[in-house]
Amino acid sequence: MKKLSFHPCGNYRETYKQELNIFETDFGRLWLFVFLALLFFVAPFVISPYMLYILNTIGIAAIAAIELNILIGYTGQISLGHGAFFGVGAYAAAILATRLGLGFYIAIPAAGIITALVGMIFGIPSGRLKGLYLTIATLAGQFIIEYVLIQWDSLTKGTMGITLPPPQIMNWQIAGDKSFFFLIFVSLVLMTWFAVNIIRSKYGRAFIAIRDNDRAAEGMGIPIFKYKLLSFGISSFYAGFAGALWAYYMVSITTEPFNLGLSVEYIAMVIIGGMGNIPGAIFGATFITLLNEFLRFFTGVLMNVPAIASWGLNMAPLREFVFGLAIVLFILIEPKGLAEIWRIIRSSFRLWPFSY
Amino acid sequence: MEFFLQLLVNGVCVGLLYGISAMGFVMIFKSSSVLNFAHGELLALGAFFFLSLVTWAQLPVFVAFILTLIGCFILGFLIERFFLRPLIGEKLIFVIMLTVGLAAMFKGLILLIWGGNLYTYPEFLPPTMGLQFGAIYIAPVYSATLAISVIFLVLFGLFFKKSAQGIYMRSVADNQKAALSLGVHVRRVFALSWAIAALVASMSGIVLGIINGVNVHDLSSIGLKVFPVVILGGLDSIGGAIIGGIIIGLLETFTGGYLSPSLRDVVPYIVLVFILMVKPYGLFGLVEIERV
Repeated sequence: MKKLSFHPCGNYRETYKQELNIFETDFGRLWLFVFLALLFFVAPFVISPYMLYILNTIGIAAIAAIELNILIGYTGQISLGHGAFFGVGAYAAAILATRLGLGFYIAIPAAGIITALVGMIFGIPSGRLKGLYLTIATLAGQFIIEYVLIQWDSLTKGTMGITLPPPQIMNWQIAGDKSFFFLIFVSLVLMTWFAVNIIRSKYGRAFIAIRDNDRAAEGMGIPIFKYKLLSFGISSFYAGFAGALWAYYMVSITTEPFNLGLSVEYIAMVIIGGMGNIPGAIFGATFITLLNEFLRFFTGVLMNVPAIASWGLNMAPLREFVFGLAIVLFILIEPKGLAEIWRIIRSSFRLWPFSY
Repeated sequence: MEFFLQLLVNGVCVGLLYGISAMGFVMIFKSSSVLNFAHGELLALGAFFFLSLVTWAQLPVFVAFILTLIGCFILGFLIERFFLRPLIGEKLIFVIMLTVGLAAMFKGLILLIWGGNLYTYPEFLPPTMGLQFGAIYIAPVYSATLAISVIFLVLFGLFFKKSAQGIYMRSVADNQKAALSLGVHVRRVFALSWAIAALVASMSGIVLGIINGVNVHDLSSIGLKVFPVVILGGLDSIGGAIIGGIIIGLLETFTGGYLSPSLRDVVPYIVLVFILMVKPYGLFGLVEIERV
C-alpha cells in the first residue's frame, strides 16, 4: 500500500508516468474524496433549497466552463459562440424529449452530440483562420444560431418556448432541486474526470502544442485542423450537455437567454477561474454565479431603499457594470485567475514561515 | 424601379454610417492589432455626451460638438493609458476580453446615468441640406453624413500619408519591433490612435443619434455590426471600411426590402462567415502568408 506523502521540496520526478499524475500528493486525493463525500452525502440534506438552487446553477455553469477551458485554455481557440451552442443543446434536448418522447438519459447525451456537430460546422473556419479571425467567425455563428432558434418556428416554437416533461428513469421521477442536484453533480464529476484525462492523453498534448505554437506543432506532424476541429467538437459536446441539463432543470425554455451575453459570461468564467486549468473553470463558474446572485440580491436591496428609489435611479445596470469591472480587474491584476490565487494560498501555507 | 432606387440610396446612406462607425475601429486595429469590442459603447458615450451638452447644458450645437470631440479624445487616451497599456505583449484573449469587460462597464455606466430610454436631439440641421433627385429624396442627415465621411476620409488619408505621426502609426502597424528600434515612440502612437479612434467613434455616434435617436442598446449593437464591415473591407484598411460599410448597408436594405425584414439583421453575419471562408483578409486587407 502506498504511503501518504507530502509535497516534495523539489522536482523529483523520474518517470514520465509520475509527470502525468493527476494528484501531486496522496493528501490531495484524500481531500478530494472527503470533499466529494461531503458534497454528495451531506450538502444536499443540510442546506436550504435556495442554496441548493445556486449550487445546481454552479454545477451546470461549471460543465460549460470546463468545456470552454478545453477550447480556449488548452487549444487556444477563442470562441464567442458558446452561449448559442449551449442554446442548441437546450433546444435539441427539448425537441428530442417532446417530439420523439425520448428519456432524458438518451436526450441529454444526444443533445450533446447534435451540438458537437453544429459546433464542428462553425469550427471549420479554423482550418484557414486563426486568432482573432476565428473569434469573429464564432461571433457570426452566435448571431446566426440565435436567428435560427428564433425564426425556425415549426421546430423551436420561436419566442413561445418549449416546456419539457420531467426527466424519468424507471419509475423514479427527477423533480425538485434535490434530485436534480444528484443528476447535475454526478454529470459534473464524470465530465470533469473525462476532461482531466483527455488533457493527459495524446489529444490533450496535441491541443497544448497547437496553443503554444501552431506552426511548430504542424511541423512536428500534428494535423492541426483535425485537432482543432476535435477540440471544437469536444467543447461543443460539453456545451450541449450543459444546455440540455439546464433545459431539464428550468423545465421551460425560450430563446432569450442564449445571447452574446451568455457567451461572454462563460469566457469570463474561464478567465477569472484561470485559463488552462480544469479546477480553475469550476472556481470561475462558482465565482461568476455567486457574483450574479449577489448582485441580483444587492440591486434588489438598493431598489427598496426609499432614498434611492425616490431619486428614480435604476440600479439594475449596476450588475452589468460590476460584471465588466470584475473581468477587467482580473485581467489586469491576476491574469492567471482564481486557480493561481488558490495555488499561492496553498503554497504559502506549505512554505510558512519561509516564504521562498 | 423607384422602390429599387430608393432602397439603393438608403442602402448607401446606411452603409456610409457603418463605414464611418468602422473607421475608428480600424484605426485601433491598424496601429495596435486590438479588436475593440467596446466600440459600440464608445459610439454611445459620444452620443450621450453630446446629448447632455445640448439639452442639459443648453450649449450651442457647434460648441457642444467640439467639446464632445475633445472629451472623447481625452477618454480614448485614458482608456489606453489605464487599461490597454498594461496588456502590451499579452495574449490575444486577454486583450479581447478586456475590451469586452470595458464594453460591459461602459454600458452599465451609461444605463446608470442616462437610462435605457430613446432620446432625440433637437432639430438643428437646416432642411435645405436635403437633396432631391427626381423621385429620390435624401434627408439632410444623410447628406451631412456623406459630407462628414468624405471629409474624414480625406483628412485621414492625408494624415496617414503626409504627417509624421501618421507615418509613425503606419510603421508601428507594420512592424512594432522595427518601428521601436528606429526610434518611434510606440506607446505614444498607441495612445494617440486610441484617442483619435474615440474621437471618430463619438462623431459617428452623434451622426447615428441624429438619425435613429440615442439609445444604448441600438448603438452598442452597431458596434458589433462593425465586424462584418471591417472583415469585408479588410481589417486594416480605412478606405476598405467605407466600401465594406456601403456593401453591407446595401445588402441589409435589399434583404430588408425584398426578402424579409427579420433576415435583415443576420445577413451581414452570414456574409461574414462566407468571406472568412473564401477571402479572410477582405477586399483591401493585408494578406499574411504563413507556411510550415
